[in-house]
Amino acid sequence: MSIYKRDLMIYVGISIFSIVLALVFPAYITQIAVMFLMVILAQTWDLQGGQMGYNSLGNIMFFGIGMYVSAIIQIAMLYGWGGVGEYTSASGSIKVEIIKSNYLYGMFIGAFAAGIICVLFAFVFGQIFLLFRGPYFAIGTLGMVLAVAELVSSWEWVGAGGGLSLPVYPAEDPTESGRLYFYCFLAISAICFAFISWVVSTRFGLALNAIRDDEAKAEAMGIRTLRYKVSSWMISAFFLGLAGAIFGNMSNFIEPLEVAFPTITFGVFMVVMALLGGKGTVWGPVVGAVIFHIIKETTWTYMLGYQWVALGLLIIVIVIFFNQGIMGSLAERYPHWFGIKIEEDAEEATS
Amino acid sequence: MWQGIEMLFQHPSVNVKYILDGLFFGSIFALAAYGLALVWGVMNLKNLAQGDLVILGGYFTWYFQSALGWNPILTLPIVMFIMFFFGWAMYALVVKWVIDKDLFTSLLATFGLALVIQQFINLVFGPETQTAVSELGKIKFYLFGGRIVVPEIRVVGVLLCAAVAVALIVFMKRSRTGQAIRATAQDARAAKVMGINTDRVYALTFSINSAICGAAGALVAMMFLVQPFYGITYSIRSFVIVTAAGLGNLPGVITAAFGLGVLEGYANNILGASYQQFIVVFALVVVLVWRMIRLRKARMVLE
Amino acid sequence: MIVLKDVSKAFGGVQANKKVSLEVEEGKITGLIGPNGSGKTTVFNSIVGYHPIDEGSIQFRGQEISEMPVQSIARLGLLRTFQQTRIYSKMNCVENMLISTDNRNVSLWDMFGSRTSEIQDKAEHLLEFVGLYRKRTLKAGDLSFGQQKLLEFAMALMNDPDILLLDEPTAGINPTLINGLIDRLHRANTEFGITLFVIEHNMRVIMNMADQIYCLSNGQMLASGKPEDIQNDKRVIDAYLGGH
Repeated sequence: MSIYKRDLMIYVGISIFSIVLALVFPAYITQIAVMFLMVILAQTWDLQGGQMGYNSLGNIMFFGIGMYVSAIIQIAMLYGWGGVGEYTSASGSIKVEIIKSNYLYGMFIGAFAAGIICVLFAFVFGQIFLLFRGPYFAIGTLGMVLAVAELVSSWEWVGAGGGLSLPVYPAEDPTESGRLYFYCFLAISAICFAFISWVVSTRFGLALNAIRDDEAKAEAMGIRTLRYKVSSWMISAFFLGLAGAIFGNMSNFIEPLEVAFPTITFGVFMVVMALLGGKGTVWGPVVGAVIFHIIKETTWTYMLGYQWVALGLLIIVIVIFFNQGIMGSLAERYPHWFGIKIEEDAEEATS
Repeated sequence: MWQGIEMLFQHPSVNVKYILDGLFFGSIFALAAYGLALVWGVMNLKNLAQGDLVILGGYFTWYFQSALGWNPILTLPIVMFIMFFFGWAMYALVVKWVIDKDLFTSLLATFGLALVIQQFINLVFGPETQTAVSELGKIKFYLFGGRIVVPEIRVVGVLLCAAVAVALIVFMKRSRTGQAIRATAQDARAAKVMGINTDRVYALTFSINSAICGAAGALVAMMFLVQPFYGITYSIRSFVIVTAAGLGNLPGVITAAFGLGVLEGYANNILGASYQQFIVVFALVVVLVWRMIRLRKARMVLE
Repeated sequence: MIVLKDVSKAFGGVQANKKVSLEVEEGKITGLIGPNGSGKTTVFNSIVGYHPIDEGSIQFRGQEISEMPVQSIARLGLLRTFQQTRIYSKMNCVENMLISTDNRNVSLWDMFGSRTSEIQDKAEHLLEFVGLYRKRTLKAGDLSFGQQKLLEFAMALMNDPDILLLDEPTAGINPTLINGLIDRLHRANTEFGITLFVIEHNMRVIMNMADQIYCLSNGQMLASGKPEDIQNDKRVIDAYLGGH
């Protein structure tokens, strides 16, 4: 069985396990759902950070854009495009009865549109931002998301700083919405995993790695580097957009700085999780996301505010002392688990 | 926005206000940018925590003034002193270990540092904006028949800034340490062979940068506002200026800093404060694209 | 195949190349020699588009390439190897080879092509050709300098170039293995039909290999001709022995 098929099967196994877990412990269903969101965040970041060597501090922008796009579309489907402005300025005091099918229809269309529009954003922004390298890309993308968040915060039509509330899913019992969003995140994360791990196993993955290892050499060999860079951003943008759309629905109320473009929370988490699990590997971001999320959920409430400082420290520590992350270190210690063959050969071809 | 543009023509003296604002802002930016260029040129460190060091300095100043009642102008040297040692500690604990590693690692390390500083300030002092109030802040100059108000503290601030800058330049040019730093910047291996302790030099450089940021921060606190998360914007500004001017080009840094300051002054007044990040990031993109276009002719890339 | 006419390039105050003219004939092996600092690598860098030239013209098969960027020139079939060998250090040898296939007719779909067995076979075959087959699963960064040089050479061959510019291919290679390398270079020329343009310091190697040799000194073309002629050319001998 190919490595890819094996990975897929493992992921399916994890998904089934999570479903069982969610059904047995319904109180934790939202937390498990968010865990899958974390996996998406980590994996999409790693596509640029670990596979391609481009340290993006602004991927969270697509999350926020997706969230707003979906929200606006869902509102427009209920009130018409003309009515959006009215709705947002009324700050959620307009309510309408929706039936489940309306809601679901709205959310799926919204989410899909969110994905597509984020892909377009990645394509356009990528033509400029992906020409920046190293520190310029890092600080450029960070500035990019901050600027966009700021602009959205003053855009009246989408509710400006006051935020935007979404139509509510008319659930019969409280656990029903929890289950809906859980399955959504599970599905998106599974598709994301399947797609990204496939893409990395093809020539595309090799090209990204070549760009990471020596971009100038890749160019000198005739590789169309910009094409690959932009494509990888478009892939990440798509899944981030979908995830943002669903998260917006789950949160019900979108606020630009805290919910849609959370640079300091989710934006940083995605970096930490991929680093922790092992950047540049298929399972690294997944493992990192799961472990980080579990530790966070169990310990953070006790840290009285210090968790944010600890987050920064964690990045520093991992980057200096644990650079390979979990999967990277395991691959070094036990290469045969990963299908890597090292040959001990006494004969030297050259000096 | 159109109102703002109208103002420019109906009351031309407003231009003076914006340009003055630009000078006041710009002098601070120039300090912070110079520090970034210093660290970048000597140890090839692209310090993503630069702006947060500035804000940290600002908070020290504010604290001394609000909790202890000390005059911010007088505490400037003390803040620089404290920040110097803070920088030394940061070098020994973090920076030292990432200098010779790959770019990705050092970027993330300084980013982590930035986060730690921001969040620590937020934790200890809370997310409100603060100012270091001083007696001088209350004195104002009135220009053009009262239309333009210039708080004296801002004028004093620019003068202090110039003083720090001059002291810095003299130090770098004349002192033995300054020479050692410049030698290491040119060729670290050669410097080592000549007996210069490059590790020491790097520690010094980073600490001096930290002190410069402290001074800049003190001025920010005196002349404007500090807030735990303002650091990022100062970092971006420093990058804009260093990218526009290049390393080791002091007049360029000053010009670019004033240019950025004036641009922000106009933008803030015409577009409003809710476009501040946008303008700074816009400036960054423009400057980067401009540099890249120029380098492309020489078939080089910006790294 | 490649024609340089009066190409000049200066870096700051240093005139690295001054009105250099030469012609690389298709199908043959051409050598470029000269003492250290004579501007040989600059000539290479100018040809492949690494930097723009100050004056003159560079034509590849009749097409002016002096204004083209590196990627485009590479896609025309003109490749080079680096003096400080450049490979993709975190990927293994096979992967280095797989990503080195040519990009001339790559469509959008090909970007995602899976690693076909055809390409895999070619990669392994070429690795064997240069003697790296046993090391093929090792990370490229873990190879010795000489092995990396061979890998870089193999990667260039993988790209199906029409002409290959080799910058000091034997430097750093164990002397006992140089013959094997020369043999492979010959075979690349005769079997694969690749034109070679080689910078070399090792006189034995270049005199045996080249059909035509150019000698640079102080950035200017000093002499050119067949190996026998160059060997006996007094100016060349003087240049190397420091007669300037």
